[in-house]
Amino acid sequence: MSIFTFLGLSNRKSAQTARERLQIVVSHQRMAEGGDVDFLPKLRNELLTVISKYVKIEKDQINVQLQRQGSCSILELNITLPTNPTKINDGLTEHTSEEKV
Amino acid sequence: MGKSETSNKDSGKSESKVIVVTSGKGGVGKTTTSAAIGAELAQRGYKTVVVDFDIGLRNLDLIMGCERRVIYDFVNLIHGDANLSQTLIKDKRCENLFILPASQTRDKDALTTEGVEKVLNELRQEFQFIVCDSPAGIERGALMALYFADEAVIVTNPEVSSVRDSDRIIGVLNSRSRKSEQNQEMKKHLLITRYMLNRVQKGEMLSIEDVQDILAIPLLGVIPESTAVLNASNNGVPVTLDNQSDAKKAYQHAVSELLGVKKDDSNQGWASKLLGGLRLFSRSPA
Repeated sequence: MSIFTFLGLSNRKSAQTARERLQIVVSHQRMAEGGDVDFLPKLRNELLTVISKYVKIEKDQINVQLQRQGSCSILELNITLPTNPTKINDGLTEHTSEEKV
Repeated sequence: MGKSETSNKDSGKSESKVIVVTSGKGGVGKTTTSAAIGAELAQRGYKTVVVDFDIGLRNLDLIMGCERRVIYDFVNLIHGDANLSQTLIKDKRCENLFILPASQTRDKDALTTEGVEKVLNELRQEFQFIVCDSPAGIERGALMALYFADEAVIVTNPEVSSVRDSDRIIGVLNSRSRKSEQNQEMKKHLLITRYMLNRVQKGEMLSIEDVQDILAIPLLGVIPESTAVLNASNNGVPVTLDNQSDAKKAYQHAVSELLGVKKDDSNQGWASKLLGGLRLFSRSPA
């Protein structure tokens, strides 16, 4: 208890918390309505098409997010691959055989 | 039609200005602000009309103390049931002040874009300032109130939900107003209301700088939390027509800023004056 007081954690001001929470929520909000991120759904679909060539993947296994922090943005791609890797080989052989024909 | 009307507006810009008072969130002081700014503009000699866009929930008439004089309303005017002079209510205290009351109809679609444009164009012929009191939310009424605006006053309480909603409404102003469709920048003003300096100093309330940092639009004014506001609304008197008070003074400052009076005085100048130099202490020792 006293150590927290010493570190200044216990008397953290609520206005500071409010400020930080707002900065996050507002940056998300601006992203959602900003025209500059209109490409995200398209990017997601194209990624899905490319990855589907090699791996059997469902639409909800790809997660694309853009986060803005100050002057830079971070594009976060989260792709969950199936546990069975044989699918990849299947996909590749199928693909090469098609090319031969 | 739209183009010729725009050029008319441009040529007579000093003659008529449509200002929307908006916020997103309800209960932050839009109607109080519309009444106060409208009355102050009128007192300074500008012919001003305050228009209530809150169809179904009209309240501007109450705040301005003319609720018993409403005969026709905005929707009657759009439908042509009454003309402008029959619908406008002339304030009894202030020569240049008029009120256009909202309708109490439940029909949400009563405000059509064409109808609102027609009425605003008529008002532009007669008035120097048209203050549009927006309803809360981002539904039709709010969108109609801001669509034709030349400038916007964004009313914000130093509180998380209000600041977030203000940011939202700024986004709407930037994307869904006529100015935005014409690739023009709408002038936006931040008005912080219900500000409590003592709580800011204790770190219990967002400061002016905090709100300004997040919303990133120029500050028009800061209205302190004041008993004068409820007193004024109880009596149906706009704050700026009521007895001298801290809130009245702050609204008068805001109107000066809106009119570009005292251009040499920076925001910092009047803000520190308003807060009596106590601002220095508001900077926490961190």
